[in-house]
Amino acid sequence: MNEMTPIKTSPKDWETDQEVRWCPGCGDYAILKAVQRTMPELGVKPENTVFISGIGCSSRFPYYMETYGFHTIHGRAPAIATGVKLANPDLDVWIITGDGDALSIGGNHTMHILRRNLDCQILLFNNEIYGLTKGQYSPTSRVGTRSPSTPFGSVDRSASPCAFALGSGARFIARGIDTHKNLPNVLKAAHAHRGASFVEIYQNCIVYNDDVFAPFTEKANAAANQVWLTHGEPILFAGGTKGIHLDRHDLKLVVVDVVDGKWKEAGVIVHDETNHGVAQMLIDMKLEQGLPIALGVIYQDPAPTYDSAVVEQNLAAGKGKTPNLQALISKGQTWQVDKEPHAV
Amino acid sequence: MATAARELTPAEASAHPNAESVVVRFAGDSGDGMQLTGGQFTLSTALAGNDLATFPDFPAEIRAPQGTLFGVSAFQINFGSTAIETAGDEPDVLIAMNPAALKTNVGALKPGGLIIADEGEFGARNLAKAGYEVSPLTDGSLAKWQVLAFNISQLTLDSVKPFGLGNKEALRCKNMWTLGLALWMFDRSREPIVDWLKAKFAKAPELAEANIAALNAGHAYGETAELSAPLKQHHIDAAPAEPGLYRTITGAESISLGLVAGTQLAGLKMFFGGYPITPASAILHHLSRLKEYQVTTFQAEDEIAAIASAIGASYAGQLGVTSSSGPGIALKGEAMGLAVMTELPLVIVNSQRGGPSTGLPTKTEQSDLYQSVYGRNGDAPIPVIAARSPADAFECAIEAVRIATQFMTPVILLTDGYIANAAEPWKVPDMNGFAPFPVQFLEEAPATGFKPYSRDEKLARPWVKPGTPGLLHRIGGIEKQVDTGHIDYSPANHQAMTDLRKAKIDGIANHIPEQEVTLGNSSGKLALVGWGSTFGPIHQAVRRQRAKGRDVHHIHLRHIWPLPRNLGELLKRYDKIIVPEMNSGQLKTVLRDQFLVDARPLTKVSGQPFRIAEIEAAIERALDGDVGGSLPADTTQLPEPLSGRDDGHLKGASSPQSN
Repeated sequence: MNEMTPIKTSPKDWETDQEVRWCPGCGDYAILKAVQRTMPELGVKPENTVFISGIGCSSRFPYYMETYGFHTIHGRAPAIATGVKLANPDLDVWIITGDGDALSIGGNHTMHILRRNLDCQILLFNNEIYGLTKGQYSPTSRVGTRSPSTPFGSVDRSASPCAFALGSGARFIARGIDTHKNLPNVLKAAHAHRGASFVEIYQNCIVYNDDVFAPFTEKANAAANQVWLTHGEPILFAGGTKGIHLDRHDLKLVVVDVVDGKWKEAGVIVHDETNHGVAQMLIDMKLEQGLPIALGVIYQDPAPTYDSAVVEQNLAAGKGKTPNLQALISKGQTWQVDKEPHAV
Repeated sequence: MATAARELTPAEASAHPNAESVVVRFAGDSGDGMQLTGGQFTLSTALAGNDLATFPDFPAEIRAPQGTLFGVSAFQINFGSTAIETAGDEPDVLIAMNPAALKTNVGALKPGGLIIADEGEFGARNLAKAGYEVSPLTDGSLAKWQVLAFNISQLTLDSVKPFGLGNKEALRCKNMWTLGLALWMFDRSREPIVDWLKAKFAKAPELAEANIAALNAGHAYGETAELSAPLKQHHIDAAPAEPGLYRTITGAESISLGLVAGTQLAGLKMFFGGYPITPASAILHHLSRLKEYQVTTFQAEDEIAAIASAIGASYAGQLGVTSSSGPGIALKGEAMGLAVMTELPLVIVNSQRGGPSTGLPTKTEQSDLYQSVYGRNGDAPIPVIAARSPADAFECAIEAVRIATQFMTPVILLTDGYIANAAEPWKVPDMNGFAPFPVQFLEEAPATGFKPYSRDEKLARPWVKPGTPGLLHRIGGIEKQVDTGHIDYSPANHQAMTDLRKAKIDGIANHIPEQEVTLGNSSGKLALVGWGSTFGPIHQAVRRQRAKGRDVHHIHLRHIWPLPRNLGELLKRYDKIIVPEMNSGQLKTVLRDQFLVDARPLTKVSGQPFRIAEIEAAIERALDGDVGGSLPADTTQLPEPLSGRDDGHLKGASSPQSN
């Protein structure tokens, strides 16, 4: 997106007149509010903003944003967005998707938009379930998830959205929680990053998968089980009483106690968001291993964007050439017939 | 078929009694460079002013095992001093670079035709690979043809000796030696080939010189060798042609240029999303070199992403174009429905090939008509246009862009493997002759308020580019409310929107030309109704039968959906209707459904184009009362079934000339 003079808007300016049709208590409401609160802080124009979604509960999102919007087909939002951005690189493109949309039917497109590094924000609402189709297990559901299609529990292992993104070559990977106050900050960081910014948002599905994230999202569990990352800051949680340490012998992350704020002495590592290897370990942290869930910007290492490379190559290839359609179609091996060869 | 070539008038014909045409087939191993040889011969033939048509036939494998029957690659050209509309039924001359090439192609040769064979390749090993026990060059089995066998391999090696190439590299000049001989036989200039070789091998001048030496040696061989009678020089006069600038063009080039021209006439930039697939990839290749014409090409991760990105680009205000072949088009089906629902312009090019599934990737067929007209979920009408020849594809592409942008709809442009690969002379049109159809984006809300699904007199909705202030709106694949475009599932609204979408596409019939009779009268005993690349054989067959005084007429459709508004009326003025198609009767079904006429199919699904003679015979049968039918595979015709077998299994142990 081109730099522009910051525009003054209020959250209200980003709301449409359409009735929001999610189940009462759905985490999507909180995310919608967070986005509408964030937009004014970005200083961008609603008319230069496009929200593009696939299919699923989350994909209704564009109807509620007073911007340009395209509710497309299942899994294909990244492909549509690629065409939009290449056709008009000045547009600010946001992709709204879910765990089924982005990692099951649309997994291929998610991989390719990330490796190409198209400049856009990808918000993946992960509720670990197919909500719109009434509760089947999804590619992020844990083993043993009971659902209408897996009445005896699912047997296949789940995909990790952020690990998938990292493996696909994403240059910005972050995590947020639907109802958490930090979500706007994560969104702002995603917007500020040039390239494909991948944000996994843990979103509670109150009807089909209620409280699946409660072990770390519930207020009572938050301090002990969430670690919010800040580039250049020590990785601390539980009110600064615990930190993440890199066990250099076993090459794994472990939790250490921090006494009196002496994190250096405790061997707590400083978050370097450009470190790909550590990012992989942070993404992989699980409660079952006694590790908190990593949140905030996990990885950020900017690289040239696909859209800028395409524009650059188009310009370079056309440089010094004057397009002339008549000349173009007259190219190649030609011959002139001056008079009808059989005229009598 | 050159767009401007025509039949000679009787007066002209009597002034030029030697009007004739010749069919030459080059056949060799897929590594022998036969397509290149054919292509260059085509060029020099076009430059000599002949009308021509070509038929390249190559195996699905890039490099099939050397010397095998399924590794044979062939190129046929029909050229002459009269209008040429097909690649020719039977070759007059067969150039066979090895035993396998001879075996798979000799059956097609006209009795008395000439075989030129490279004796040097007829060793025991190659003979065995082709299934010959003894050399056909010596056992008398080729008696019904004239045979000229000489050691082209050795002659080539001798001619390039001064350049110190390795044996393998030296032998690769064989095709130029052969081309030189062919140029001599038909009195063609070597100059354009020499120029081409110099440009091609600019970085390796010794290779250029060696190839030129081989070319000259082949030419000199014809000139000086003391050969027996069969090898003689023919001069074929230039074909009748309107004055003007000409070039040769393949369908893939023509569609690419037509798309560029169309988007320029619409005042738009083009976005092309494609995924590699035979035989459609050539369009992606051509367009990716035309960036200065405001063309962005995107090689997507799959067929779905290719069309989805094109839809995204159309949404953002460029013309989205995607291209594929049958299996890829099937994958794009859901996204086509999205383009129908969101009423965005889009051009979808289908270079048809034999199906179903992977089918016959390198062979031609017209069996995607149902897929184009009917192949989507829901009531999802899409206009369908079909090109009849490489040259015609240029105008068809412009027409596709015009309809897509004027009516805010996806449009399917049908071509096929034959049109995509075949070359023909093309009279370069004056672009000033094409009326521009500039797109008007909506930039301000009308006084009555902005409604994204409001409609103009053609029932098209407004096209608004994201980035336009004051016109913010949302679109998507869920049913839209009339006018507002809000989500609306209500019964009356879905009925109304379905009716509107149908009425919009039906209404296109009022903005396309009425159907004309392509050859003949607007009533009579028998009409042949065709579409696509069957144009050549149908046209020639009808012309020959009319010359014999038969009451037969040719109608060729460009617009498959909607059909021209006068077509039903017109068809009812003939006693009988035959629809020749390279499928099992798809247009026939549409015509019967739309007009309740007794259209009968004449079908051929062997991956081969119709032969003129087959259609002539069908005309004669129809006038005797037996209308239509299905034609068997023709073992003597290109593509010969033995070339293109993937499994290495050799069908038919007996030599073709024995049956």
